Amino acid sequence: MAVLEIRDARKSFGATRALAGLSLSLGEGELLGLLGPNGAGKTTLIRAIAGRVRLDGGTVALYGRTLEPEKPRPDLGVVPQENALYPLLTARENLETFGQLNGLDGKRLRERVAWALEWSGLAERAMSPVRTFSGGMKRRLNLACGVLHEPKLVLLDEPTVGVDPQSRESIYDMLGALRARGTSLLLTTHYLEEAEARCERIVVVDHGRAVAAGTLVELVEQAKLTGRRVRLSLDRTPERVPAGFARGEDAGTLTATINDVGRELPGLLARVQAEGLAVRDLEVRTASLQAVFLALTGKELRE
Amino acid sequence: MIALIVRNSWTQLRRDRAAQILAFVVPIAFFSIFAVIFGGGGNRMNSMSRVAVAVVDEDQTEKSRALVAALSADSGLRVVTAPPARADGKPSTDPLTRATAEQMVKRGDVPSALILPAGTGASIGSFTGGGVKALVVVDPSDPVAGRMVGGLLQRAALRAAAAGGGFMGLATRDPDEMLPLEFEQHAVLGEKRESPMVAFYAAGIAVMFIMFSAAGAGGALIEETESGTLERVLTSGLGMTGLLLGKWLYLTTLACAQIAVMFVWGMLVFKLPLLEHLPGFLIMTVVTAAAAAAFGLVLATLSRTRQQLAGLANLIVLSLNAIGGSMFPRFLMSDTLQRISLIGFNAWALDGYLKVFWRQEPLSALAPQVGAILGFTALFLLLARRLARRWEAA
Repeated sequence: MAVLEIRDARKSFGATRALAGLSLSLGEGELLGLLGPNGAGKTTLIRAIAGRVRLDGGTVALYGRTLEPEKPRPDLGVVPQENALYPLLTARENLETFGQLNGLDGKRLRERVAWALEWSGLAERAMSPVRTFSGGMKRRLNLACGVLHEPKLVLLDEPTVGVDPQSRESIYDMLGALRARGTSLLLTTHYLEEAEARCERIVVVDHGRAVAAGTLVELVEQAKLTGRRVRLSLDRTPERVPAGFARGEDAGTLTATINDVGRELPGLLARVQAEGLAVRDLEVRTASLQAVFLALTGKELRE
Repeated sequence: MIALIVRNSWTQLRRDRAAQILAFVVPIAFFSIFAVIFGGGGNRMNSMSRVAVAVVDEDQTEKSRALVAALSADSGLRVVTAPPARADGKPSTDPLTRATAEQMVKRGDVPSALILPAGTGASIGSFTGGGVKALVVVDPSDPVAGRMVGGLLQRAALRAAAAGGGFMGLATRDPDEMLPLEFEQHAVLGEKRESPMVAFYAAGIAVMFIMFSAAGAGGALIEETESGTLERVLTSGLGMTGLLLGKWLYLTTLACAQIAVMFVWGMLVFKLPLLEHLPGFLIMTVVTAAAAAAFGLVLATLSRTRQQLAGLANLIVLSLNAIGGSMFPRFLMSDTLQRISLIGFNAWALDGYLKVFWRQEPLSALAPQVGAILGFTALFLLLARRLARRWEAA
């Protein structure tokens, strides 16, 4: 059974259609990336799952049970994009507050707070007010407050925005530990390389719909970008571009797209050598998530 | 470059409706409110409104009746010669006695009473001193009424004396002591107090301050919206009603503490008789704090930004307190304005505190004030809950 099943979710705000029949599902222990341009409907979807938006149509089901808006969701944890913390309270007090709001008390609350402080690497700063924390520390505490009550599904809205690479690594380590316990994660991000590297499956949302879903390889196929991109660095900038190539973005580079590396690459290299050019470096790669994303959603600015 | 900054600032102001209202409408509103209270017809210290005085004629002679008639004819006075209406609402048929008149002053029905003891009539216009003195009974919380009645009494006595046969012994006394009718003043309340007005100002300032304070603290809702904690709290099991009730209880306890601190300071430094009136003080403080807290939530739920909240709080709190009596005693305002001021819970609160500290009335006398303030509280809470719907699931 899917942990989360969204079917034909529809929502309009006045004349603006935020969700136009979006469907997706999420399995147990899975890390699903939700990508889309600004205004595509990601935040509306997250808020609908969290019960903060009433859908005009469609359903949101957790473990097969349809969720009603504004009803408690003990199996759900939400980590908002903002560091939604009380700056004058300490890390421990923040955790205690959100733990109690999510139904923890007594010994279990104490145990979970101790776990969260350890898990987020903030045990030594437990008694410090949050306003004295760095951006990375606040991000980690923000995450801890959302998962303290051991939800089975965690919604993460841009959990690594605005933090340094070390903190980002640390946050993904924390998420990895959650997944190891079987927690399912739904993550929105604009860091495509992050989604490419971390998420098992990706759903690309645009105009309120899921325009593509699957692994990166599946997305590449869906975007019809199955060709391999070849990039050559040469000893000099060629006067004439050999057949089958285009000039690269940098001086002294050529690019080409081929479908069969074994059969087409030797011919390309032969044409370069025939022009008297020496190849210094060669790169062959599949389409990046960036290319897939732009192919699926276009280059037009949305806001 | 400097011109650019000026132009840019004006452009921003032109596009900010709330800032325009704060800049231009609020000053006009304040000016109008204060002009009404202190200027054209709002208060009793101008010729348009009259001081109420209960007159008891114990002398019942031709001269004393002439004096009462002269007082009644005076445009500065509203002479009351009958006791207040009975409990069933029908006019009382009993004659007004000295005791009833004093009671009326104590209860605040009238700010002063004039007693004309037997023999007063004969003393009118004597200028010789030593005759029977009239008695002016005053509520010292109204510093104007007693002096006004004393002065107007002289004018009425002169008129009565002139009508009744002239004056006697004009040349025998110091001109400074010569009065057509001598009187002595008797305060029915607060005579033993070192600073009898302290209780009034403590209540006035405390009520105004907790209204500002509750509005400011209620602004935490706006900050929580911006920081995302409100969204996070609402995503948990706690609903909007629970959140608002939590905030209201916090603001109520905060306001109670603030009023308590102010009155304790008044007791220690200004000899405010707090301990003598503790039960009444506690009742009034709890209900006033509850209303101020709910009022703060209304302002906070009404505002979208901190700036809007500050503007709204300044406008509404200062206006309500100007007409509600925190800055200028309500009993010095015209009857119309006194009635209008009852649209604010703060006017009821001040009346309640005044009953406790000034009139020393029994706790049961606080029922109208407590009832009204609790009614305001319920209304504010319902309104805040309604306004808070904008934070609920869209």
